[in-house]
Amino acid sequence: MRGLKRIIKGGFVNFIRGGIVSWAAVLVVSITLSVITSLILLQAVLHSSLQQIKDKVDVTIYLNVGAKEDKITELKNALTKLPEVAEINYVTEGENLRRFRELHSADYPTIQALDEIGENPLGGYLGVKAKEISQYETIATFLSSGSPMVLGPSSVVRKVNYAQNKDVIEKLNAIIDGAQKLGFLVTALLVLISVIITFNTIRLTIFISKEEIGVMRLVGASKMGVRGPFLIEGVIYGIIATIVTLVIFWPATAWLGRNMSGFLGLNVYEYYVSNIFYILLLVLSSGIILGVVSSFLAIRKYLNK
Amino acid sequence: MIYFNNVSKIYGQDGVALQDVNFTVGAGEFVSIVGHSGAGKTTLVKMILAEDNPTDGTVFFESINVHKLKNNDLTKLRRRIGVVFQDFKLLSSKTAYENIAFAMEAVGKTDGEIISDVPHVLELVDLGHKAHHFPNQMSGGEQQRLAIARAIINQPELIIADEPTGNLDPINTHEIVQILKKINDLGTTVILTTHNRGVVDSVSKRVITLEKGKVVRDDKEGRYAI
Repeated sequence: MRGLKRIIKGGFVNFIRGGIVSWAAVLVVSITLSVITSLILLQAVLHSSLQQIKDKVDVTIYLNVGAKEDKITELKNALTKLPEVAEINYVTEGENLRRFRELHSADYPTIQALDEIGENPLGGYLGVKAKEISQYETIATFLSSGSPMVLGPSSVVRKVNYAQNKDVIEKLNAIIDGAQKLGFLVTALLVLISVIITFNTIRLTIFISKEEIGVMRLVGASKMGVRGPFLIEGVIYGIIATIVTLVIFWPATAWLGRNMSGFLGLNVYEYYVSNIFYILLLVLSSGIILGVVSSFLAIRKYLNK
Repeated sequence: MIYFNNVSKIYGQDGVALQDVNFTVGAGEFVSIVGHSGAGKTTLVKMILAEDNPTDGTVFFESINVHKLKNNDLTKLRRRIGVVFQDFKLLSSKTAYENIAFAMEAVGKTDGEIISDVPHVLELVDLGHKAHHFPNQMSGGEQQRLAIARAIINQPELIIADEPTGNLDPINTHEIVQILKKINDLGTTVILTTHNRGVVDSVSKRVITLEKGKVVRDDKEGRYAI
């Protein structure tokens, strides 16, 4: 306990007396943590954009005019049971007509033609959303599998637009998949570069103390007695750098939220504020691990003998 | 207390630092090891502290072969030896008080012992007024007195002073030698390496003379004889 107290105190004293060298290390750790925070936000923006694109994709099943309600319900229930289906939106014939009239309210000839027909020429439709874009294929297969609900004389289905949208959906699927992989690769690469730079900076700060480490060992200090304060310094770098990073990102995300929400498709500030504890935990643990592991590895070579 | 048995140290092909060195240092002795620069004095000190391994031979501290020690045991051994270097080897980021406190912390002394002993030993080497100065704010003589205070604070069985007066003027040199003699009078074994004739002659104790890594003389009440 006494040893721990001395080690912690030693770490703080070293940090304060390190002066500009300590703050240089904090700066470099802050840059690394800023990269990590930026990547968290970038992933959120990417995820939200991809989600919005995904939401726009669906398969529409156009129903026959005058199709019986119980048959439609039967088809809807069968689709609901498919594990790939996330949501089914049923638009009735009447609702479809109302929407059509609303959409073309300024288009007088069309409305007039519709009035002259006298009856509703539009059938209802089912908008089907899959959980993943890649799953539309499965749903389409179900619809063309020869189910009596879909094919044959009792079928209520007039047309399924999957075949038309197939190419677009597949391309979109490939783009989203590629964007996610690229995002991950870029993230991993940037984090790796930052970690290497941080490690080398901390190694440099310990290199300055190389002779002192030798002297400490010569006067009989144990390995932990020498290493401990440096590890505590690493923890201090991590904590201060976390505070610096989170404080800098507060106004930065506020600006982005005010001015770039439309472009990014996500209010970054709202995301930042609502996830602040998650981000704090991630950034703080990254900072502390980075500081401690770098210090541990850097001091190791000077501790032998 | 210290036993050198046929110790040789060769760096590379031709760098003979020590060759077949044999001698014994008894408890309570004051031994001066003299020789020109490059005679092997510092290598010899490094052998005792196990800072370097011999190419051949063994070095014993009492019954312990120092070069067979594991890291933890080596740390324990070093706590029994106080070392004073020519270049002082003080912790530059710590004050005079903290330099001594650190050596006490290393051997597990309590805060109470540190608070009571450090000012006392600083007074002993006449540095009471410099307790909160950093080494770079002190003169060479003061730094060396601080190094001695650090070396004696844990009451070691052996003090090794490796060219302790090499960087000092005659007045400071005299002071340092007097302090070392006093430490020896109180019962601590002292090994002093030097190439300063005045120092050796003023001590008038056992002198081992090294030349090109070999022991060429070992006089009981010797004088500087190179």
